[in-house]
Amino acid sequence: MDTFLQQIINGLTLGSVYALVALGYTMVYGIIGLINFAHGEVVMIGAMVSLSVITALLGAHVQLPSVLIILAGLIVAVLVCMTLAYGMEKIAYRPLRKAPRLAPLITAIGMSIILQNLALMIWGRNYLTFPTLIEPTPHNILGASMTDLQMLIVALAGLLMAGLVFIVQRTRLGMAMRATAQNPQVAGLMGIDINVVISAAFVIGAALAAVAGLMVMTYYGIAHYYMGFLLGLKAFTAAVLGGIGNLAGAMLGGILLGIIEALGAGYIGDVSNICGFPWLGDTLQEKCTASDGQLSLFGSNYQDVFAFFVLILVLIFRPSGLLGERVADRA
Amino acid sequence: MNRPLAKSIPPKVWAGVVLLALALALLPFVAAFAGQAWVRILNFAMLYIMLALGLNIVVGFAGLLDLGYIAFYAVGAYVYALLASPHFGIHLPFWVILPLSAGIACAFGVLLGAPTLKLRGDYLAIVTLGFGEIIRIFLNNLNAPLNITNGPQGVNLIDPFRIGSFSFARPEVLLGVAFSGPQKYYYLLLLITIGVVVVNLRLQNSRLGRAWEAIREDEIAAKAMGINTRNVKLLAFAMGASFGGIAGAVFSATQQFVSPESFGLFESIIVLAMVVLGGMGNIPGVILGAVLLTLLPEVLRYTMEPLQNALFGRVILDAETIRLLVFGVALVAIMLYRPAGLWPSAVRKRELEVKGGAA
Amino acid sequence: MSVSSSVLLAATSIGKRFGGVQALTDVSFSIERGEIYGLIGPNGAGKTSLFNVLTGIYMPDSGNFTFDGAPLDRLKPNQVAERGIARTFQNIRLFQNLSALENVMIGRHIRTHAGVFGAIFRDRRTLAEESGIESRSYELLDYVGVANRANHLAKHLAYGDQRRLEIARALATEPKLLALDEPAAGMNATETKALKALLDDIRRDGTTILLIEHDMKLVMSICDRVLVLDYGKKIAEGSAAEVQKDPKVVAAYLGGEVTLNLRRA
Repeated sequence: MDTFLQQIINGLTLGSVYALVALGYTMVYGIIGLINFAHGEVVMIGAMVSLSVITALLGAHVQLPSVLIILAGLIVAVLVCMTLAYGMEKIAYRPLRKAPRLAPLITAIGMSIILQNLALMIWGRNYLTFPTLIEPTPHNILGASMTDLQMLIVALAGLLMAGLVFIVQRTRLGMAMRATAQNPQVAGLMGIDINVVISAAFVIGAALAAVAGLMVMTYYGIAHYYMGFLLGLKAFTAAVLGGIGNLAGAMLGGILLGIIEALGAGYIGDVSNICGFPWLGDTLQEKCTASDGQLSLFGSNYQDVFAFFVLILVLIFRPSGLLGERVADRA
Repeated sequence: MNRPLAKSIPPKVWAGVVLLALALALLPFVAAFAGQAWVRILNFAMLYIMLALGLNIVVGFAGLLDLGYIAFYAVGAYVYALLASPHFGIHLPFWVILPLSAGIACAFGVLLGAPTLKLRGDYLAIVTLGFGEIIRIFLNNLNAPLNITNGPQGVNLIDPFRIGSFSFARPEVLLGVAFSGPQKYYYLLLLITIGVVVVNLRLQNSRLGRAWEAIREDEIAAKAMGINTRNVKLLAFAMGASFGGIAGAVFSATQQFVSPESFGLFESIIVLAMVVLGGMGNIPGVILGAVLLTLLPEVLRYTMEPLQNALFGRVILDAETIRLLVFGVALVAIMLYRPAGLWPSAVRKRELEVKGGAA
Repeated sequence: MSVSSSVLLAATSIGKRFGGVQALTDVSFSIERGEIYGLIGPNGAGKTSLFNVLTGIYMPDSGNFTFDGAPLDRLKPNQVAERGIARTFQNIRLFQNLSALENVMIGRHIRTHAGVFGAIFRDRRTLAEESGIESRSYELLDYVGVANRANHLAKHLAYGDQRRLEIARALATEPKLLALDEPAAGMNATETKALKALLDDIRRDGTTILLIEHDMKLVMSICDRVLVLDYGKKIAEGSAAEVQKDPKVVAAYLGGEVTLNLRRA
């Protein structure tokens, strides 16, 4: 049983990844009101592409330090994902900008399916392993351990998020994005090219997604054509939790969700331990003593359910999220 | 469109109906020439028709996007499985369990809908998707500490439908004609499907159906006209869920085996694709969509694999992948070029034309 | 429930704020049964906000309404309609892709009862109810003068017909109070005259009318009493003639001390 602090550290790491992916969702939703279902798949493609590049370089016995090999994989993945997102937006979403909300949502689902199956065709059905290039040396922090990798993920994610905030707050493109997010029509009238802004949102989101994909893959050591779906859904939950359309919200939501998940998975066994209940019959007493006093109704295999429950609860009780949503006025 | 209740039916229509009835009656024998598997495929088509029509009430009539519809199918299927198999040792007859399946699925529909129907369209979609996944995860994990669903192994040896000593699963000779198990099921399913279609048609052309249309067209105006939109939407959810539950129970009995695998997100999306492809809200269109999307992948499987074997010596794309790719592309293409579906309802066509897709 | 008092709707100190804007402040008025009551004021005065608060789309921050002897507190729009207040919208909210007849039939929803079982089993009572809904809807279409377009889609109707269709739909709910938001907007003189005749018919047939309008000729010629709002506050209430001469009202519309020459039509 890990300590509370350990769970926090784990949650922080996972949450940083969620945050990066959530930013992609939130930017797109904030500007055009579309839930980009295929975003999770972009994360997956990022992971797979970087894996292929890295494996290829290793296989060709290229003499480069591990860091550069990973970097190469990362750069290629980012480029591929950015192109992919740009293409998707142009072909499948742009024509439907004026359509009722149902249409682009269905298209996004369709794109998600297409990408998954393309990945299946290219990389096959099996789980692919990521070669350990960075030794996960743990460091002791107040009794809990945090590996190099975890620190790297958190640090890199933080850096990227800071970079995004810089772009959004301090550059002309960022200002254009903020204007379009508030009122696309008027922004257009002021001379902003909406298409460029929207493409930028997709492309930047995709870049972050690619990095997130690589992170997830190095953290868990495996990649799989189906990995994007659940991750994407959780990241979307994080975006909603923080307040859709709100960048700070996405970051906060991501980290919070990661921590909630880690704590939940860590403690659900204890919380639902029915051996702790005083009024149980004899049959359960036997089973309890047989399994060291631990008979949990719900185990950590229910981990994925947490995100969904959080999503449902947030949408029912506080649909605008923790920090408030920022969506364009579409009345 | 809401036509006044028809009083007389012209003779031409009667002739068409008789021909159709004849064709439907002979179909299982025609299919059997190609193999019993095709009769089973026909039966699946009808199950999907039931599902698509059920989802059509939610998505097509009331305009609510439900991405977790398969959860109700799952609930109905497991209710039947748990009450008619060796798993708990309970063996209730099917005509007792069917209403239970419908009722429990309906209850889940109300449970899901009550807090969530006030959400706007895309949020409702995500929440229903989450619900579908939650159900699947629970079905997959409720095997410890108390074994309720038997987890990923599923429940097998489920009783087939039986009336007295007449079982639908056994091949039998009736009135001098040999019927296989699937063929017997075919007729039962046909009856149930026709019932479902009739109920849907009646729902569409009624006070309730108009209320659903009103909500879909302009919810604020509908409220201003006194329609309790929350309850009416909840009714749509509940009715859709009930049909899903019935279909699930039938699925359980015909397959005689259920496992959480059959009830994932893709299944929900497939049913949605059928509704969208066929023409949301339009009953004949949705039936067409269900039939096409059930038969087409099977046709592909029977042609593509041998073809690939002949050309390349092996199968590059297996049937499942092809099926899913086709779905994905179909969804995107339909939305871009024919958003109202292949056979759209007149109303939907108008709705989607003005705001319109690419073409 | 129905009190024999002559007041149908009484509003007391209604206040509503939207973010930084105080849309309504301390608005009180009363509408007598059977009268046509006008609500006027410059753009932005809060007229539609008052409508929205009355019909349950927004909740007032302060104050309350009493309708037909009973309070109208915190009711949702569909409950308000059920109590007997039906409205039309400034921007016309018809069910565009449905026919005129279907629009009105939907208006009959709250006064009818058939549910799921009726829909599926089509018993005698349901069939009779459906037939009643249809014939009553035709009657109402005829009443407002759109009967010959019954099967046309709402969005294909001429603008004036659309406005009248919206009124027919509202009437289908059997309201005690019909609240119309700028029914004459965009109408020419002939159409306005026809509208006036329709409103007179509606009043004669027992329905009280609350009317937001900018067309002063119409207001002065048909309204028994008028409420004038400016910047969310009531600045005058009284008969059309009185209000017309009120210097505060004149100032609100014209911003100066000018007497207007508004003759009755």
